[in-house]
Amino acid sequence: MKPPRFDYYDPRTLQEALEILDAHQGDGKVLAGGQSLMPLLNMRLARPKVVVDINRIQALSYIRPMESGVAIGANARQRALQQENLIAERLPLLREAAYYIAHPQIRSRGTICGSLAHADPAAELPALAMALDAELVATGLRGARTIPSDSFFLSFFTTDLQPNEILTEVRFPAPPKDMAWSILEVSRRHGDFALVGIVAGLAVDQERQAVTDARLIYFGVGPTPIRVKQAERALIGQRPAEAAWDAAARVAGQGIDPSNDIHATEEYRRAVAATLTKRALRAALGKLKDLNASTGSA
Amino acid sequence: MATSRTVKVRVNGVDHEATVEARKTLVDFLREDLGLTGTNVGCEHGVCGACTILMNGETVRSCIMLAVQADGAELMTVEGLAQPGGELHPIQESFRDKHGLQCGFCTPGFLMTTYELLSKHPHADEEEIKEWLSGNLCRCTGYQDILESVKLAATRLRNP
Repeated sequence: MKPPRFDYYDPRTLQEALEILDAHQGDGKVLAGGQSLMPLLNMRLARPKVVVDINRIQALSYIRPMESGVAIGANARQRALQQENLIAERLPLLREAAYYIAHPQIRSRGTICGSLAHADPAAELPALAMALDAELVATGLRGARTIPSDSFFLSFFTTDLQPNEILTEVRFPAPPKDMAWSILEVSRRHGDFALVGIVAGLAVDQERQAVTDARLIYFGVGPTPIRVKQAERALIGQRPAEAAWDAAARVAGQGIDPSNDIHATEEYRRAVAATLTKRALRAALGKLKDLNASTGSA
Repeated sequence: MATSRTVKVRVNGVDHEATVEARKTLVDFLREDLGLTGTNVGCEHGVCGACTILMNGETVRSCIMLAVQADGAELMTVEGLAQPGGELHPIQESFRDKHGLQCGFCTPGFLMTTYELLSKHPHADEEEIKEWLSGNLCRCTGYQDILESVKLAATRLRNP
């Protein structure tokens, strides 16, 4: 199918874009990378009266350092996660994760902020935002407000973003230096949406050989990315070894709410979530060992 | 505001200008307005990769972009691969020699993906090739021959 008719605007400034959106309360859609919106238009699942293309707003194309971490503007592409040295240095998890975000042919157009605003619960970036305590900047005519990621994602494709606001920036703070991270997912084809995915973070006290901190965020298993705190707590104080990963994997199933659909049953998704929990924690521990070997602290 | 726009693009080295509806996708613009029908329209939601072209040197899905968004851009389609005299590009020759096409519908997308991959990673290993090719679907399921075609093309491009 083809997109329905709409009025098209491609403003050069954020102010203009916000004015157009504000004048069409609820009837306007923001077009950035378009890798989610265009399919919805082609299938006529979305029928906005007005499309506001923000691609020509140069001021939103940036990835820049913050005191700790990076700030990413609305027009920064997903490929930049693999290309920017700043990401490699400060947020290597994002660089690693880009491999899972669709395909190179999609990452060339798809934006980081666009994926967050679209809020597909099976997508990687919302889970990464939750895992790394990112903050999202929503800008409207009255100014900008900063939203923590754990209150930004509300439900399937639903965020705290208002119809007259644009997600102008996401801020990823640098994660604690003693934490190692991994991301894993199972999908039908590499680059497709995850049937189940996980972002895991792990910190270990080397002397006591005990887990001191853990982060477990699942995607594709509920209406938003799901942080399972019970599973994180099950790890704290434990020896970083298989028994602890098993325990976390068992508990993880209690915090997620996977659906049955044409691709996978609920039971299958729960089993995959448990398996990925163990694999992700093993991978994170492996990275911690590399980290310690390279800094000579263990 | 506009429901239609004038779009200027350079496609395969040739300048074009046309007025199109804002809702027109880039692939339909290429096929219907510019007569470049080599690029195929497949799933129209970015999954299959049949419509893959190069925009400013990077592969994009032309079915999930608007033509108006390409205004000012440099595009390359499958028609831009062969020499004007008809001599095939080494990537095309390799697909022919290794039987990398069956019905041929997905082929333009695979060729353009291969073009970007080998331009930027001439020494791409099998894993890397598979990652890039995973963005294109072949419903004849000729993947092994396609993989072999890309490997042969890489060798030929490195040793012309």
